[in-house]
Amino acid sequence: MQNQEETNRLKNTVQDLLDEAKRQGASAAEAGLSQENGLSVTARLGDVETIEHHCDQGLGITVYFGQRKGSASTTDFSSESIKETVGAACSIARYTSEDSFAGLPEKELLATEFPDLELNHPWTISTDEAITLAIECEDAARSYHAEISNSEGATVNTHQGIRVMGNTLGFLHGYASTRHSLSCSVLAQRGDSMQRDYWYTVARNSDALEPAVEVGIKAAERALRRLDARSLSTRQCPVLYSAETASGLLGSLIGAISGGNLYRKSSFLLGALDSQIFPGFIHIHEQPYLRGALGSAAYDGEGVATKTRDIVSDGILRSYVLSTYSARKLGLHSTGNAGGVHNLTITPGAFDYQDMLKQLNTGLLVTELMGHGVNMVTGDYSRGAAGFWVENGEIQYPVEEITIAGNLKDMFKNIIAVGNDVDYRGNIRTGSILVERMSIAGE
Amino acid sequence: MELLNLARQAILMPAGIQDGDIEKIMNRLLSSSVDAADIYFQSSHAESWVMEGGIIKEGSHNIEQGAGVRAVSGEKTGFAYSDRIELPILLEAANNVKAIVRQGQNAQVGLVKAANWPLYYPVTNPLKSLTDQQKIDLLRQVESETRKLDQRIEEVIVSLIGAHESILVANQDGSLAADVRPLVRMNVTVIVEENGRREQGSMGGGGRSDYSYFSNRDQALEYGKEAVRQALVNLEAEDAPAGNMTVVLGPGWPGILLHEAIGHGLEGDFNRKGTSAFSGRVGERVASGLCTVVDDGTLPGRRGSLSIDDEGTPTEKTILIENGILKGYMQDKLNARLMGVKPTGNGRRESYANLPMPRMTNTYMLAGAHNPEEIIKSVKKGLYAKNFAGGQVDITSGKFVFSASEAYLIENGNITRAVKGATLIGNGPDVLTKVSMVGTDLELDSGVGTCGKDGQSVPVGVGQPTLKIDGLTVGGTSV
Repeated sequence: MQNQEETNRLKNTVQDLLDEAKRQGASAAEAGLSQENGLSVTARLGDVETIEHHCDQGLGITVYFGQRKGSASTTDFSSESIKETVGAACSIARYTSEDSFAGLPEKELLATEFPDLELNHPWTISTDEAITLAIECEDAARSYHAEISNSEGATVNTHQGIRVMGNTLGFLHGYASTRHSLSCSVLAQRGDSMQRDYWYTVARNSDALEPAVEVGIKAAERALRRLDARSLSTRQCPVLYSAETASGLLGSLIGAISGGNLYRKSSFLLGALDSQIFPGFIHIHEQPYLRGALGSAAYDGEGVATKTRDIVSDGILRSYVLSTYSARKLGLHSTGNAGGVHNLTITPGAFDYQDMLKQLNTGLLVTELMGHGVNMVTGDYSRGAAGFWVENGEIQYPVEEITIAGNLKDMFKNIIAVGNDVDYRGNIRTGSILVERMSIAGE
Repeated sequence: MELLNLARQAILMPAGIQDGDIEKIMNRLLSSSVDAADIYFQSSHAESWVMEGGIIKEGSHNIEQGAGVRAVSGEKTGFAYSDRIELPILLEAANNVKAIVRQGQNAQVGLVKAANWPLYYPVTNPLKSLTDQQKIDLLRQVESETRKLDQRIEEVIVSLIGAHESILVANQDGSLAADVRPLVRMNVTVIVEENGRREQGSMGGGGRSDYSYFSNRDQALEYGKEAVRQALVNLEAEDAPAGNMTVVLGPGWPGILLHEAIGHGLEGDFNRKGTSAFSGRVGERVASGLCTVVDDGTLPGRRGSLSIDDEGTPTEKTILIENGILKGYMQDKLNARLMGVKPTGNGRRESYANLPMPRMTNTYMLAGAHNPEEIIKSVKKGLYAKNFAGGQVDITSGKFVFSASEAYLIENGNITRAVKGATLIGNGPDVLTKVSMVGTDLELDSGVGTCGKDGQSVPVGVGQPTLKIDGLTVGGTSV
């Protein structure tokens, strides 16, 4: 119950912020606060390297004077600081312009039900136990093969926090959540070829983490398989995005259908609502109420209730991703996405990873992407890549120092298959994705 | 020293912390056998204003303060921090972090002022250098002047950011150093449309100064002109070529090449651990003899400059590569000690809540002997890359990428058609060996760089003269 008491105390702080805003003349306000504690332990070359004790807090407030708004934030929760912070926000609101779209969400859209999403699972691990676990993980990687030559270490992370948000429409809610992870990064060397790769596991509940030895072994295997990578000649060919890189493709979709990019008309999917943007077998939905998942939340950053909903069905774009402000700019209603999406999921197909390689047949398997070469306005896409050359469904050799390029509009339409090898470690859940044809540039 | 008192006033006095309290915390840390320890206090005030859609749309004010406590023994580091600058909390933090090392002798230390060092930026508070009304007026002026430049402009977004940060760092020898760091930045983004095609252009700049940086030199209006020019060029751009070809990089911001391809690989931590493609290569040839590359934290008023780094070490001009030969690495105290060299003033941290590590300041290549036009003339077929959006490197394999935001084909010695932004990819240890011409036109970037490493962001600068590279992979779609 300690959490509940602490949450109540922090709710009072948020209420104080809102009351202070009213006192200083604001017609409306919303405020958010977070407090987080954590431990991060890294072991390298068989011994502890760093122990970090984390302790973060912050609060932020946005005030409205009619249609003008101002924001301020601070890390200091004292009552004096609260007055000053509210004062700073109010002062800013004197200089910002009337914006007819600004303001709190419609009251009827605010969340009123708060099911227990099972996000809070504190890990009672001592510093010594965390050190032991990190060493076990790194040992598994280093002893896996003689060509594992060096290490950047293994890290155990555990964080526990409380978030509270409220507004002057009467919304006030807080909840506790946890996040734990274990990661390992090692180097492999063969002659002049030196490669590094990593693996990690992350979960709300430490019981759901992959075993330390498995994480270490995966990191080692991934570094080893990259040795003696070569470039490819410039060509066009099919490209299979591994599950962990495929999430980036869906991330670009979300960027393009986000309200901010739409009302600024800087999206390559402008006006694409209700039109076919993927092949008919693609279904993408949002699942905010999954128990214990990393992206679960009953309300968004403005207190608007989240919804389980289709974003793409039968390949047709069914809905945008909107906050209150961007929705009003577009003449629509908030979709509960202030701050992003919640457990975006693409329906897996029938093929596992091996079958997906067979579907690729001859082409490029991408396992790593580098750089930021995505133009949201035009959909032009060009990124550095590393992975494997595949022939007849069999991996032939590792490749690096190449780029893959295309236009996202075409790439989305030319998806051939989605695997069921789903990566659950993030807010975007997808299996591997096969794109019919892209341009590869290399030596 | 005046700075020390300013930092005391900004950080310690509001919290009721005296020098004697810092001694107590330090002595708590030193009651174990540590090799090094520090306490880092920080207070920063930042603001941002955004004009968009013809209105002043957003404004925010952010206060961040806290203290970080660190103890180091051999390669081991213990670290804790708090947003609350209170003696009992910091003593508790000291207890937690010294647990990393075995119990040892007791040491007692008294605080002394660190020796004086040169200052590379004024002690000024940017947030107070203009009234809020003047800041708004500046944004409005830039927006309206920019909008007038072309009928194809659909949207103009102007942002203004200022920060005023005070830091104070106490080291295990009792030395106390402080810095007050101003930083300003303005950015103009425009979206243009013609015949249903939309493109954008963006330009900004700033430095360790106050807002007079923009108003005194009509600098802000220049950002608008440049953003519009880039956006209009992109309206005409055709598909970029794909494949390996000669690439000429323009002066200034394209120096991000050096930052990604060379800079990160020369940071001391990777080299101490032997994880960089440049590890163990000091004294070897890593670039053509035309290349001399430095990291320089001492350039007055630059975005990447610091008078002292976040460990209290005065910054330097560090020669990384001289006439093609690798000379040395960038160091913080921990890695310098473990490698048996001197710190170079590159120990930086995003804030009190992060551990310091070796980071770049302003990284650039010195000018060479070739006239820039002569460099273009020498290329029969290739790419001229004038502006970049950003980059990334894998320091172990050496592979780096960076994305062009403005590029042209070179055909028979002439710059011809504009091509769409493409990603360029190469190998750090190779790329500078392929530099065959270096221009006379060294430029530093306009003050927009932010570098990320291990999740920590810090402001940096880059620069270079026009460079010709005989073979780099260009990732276009036109095969």
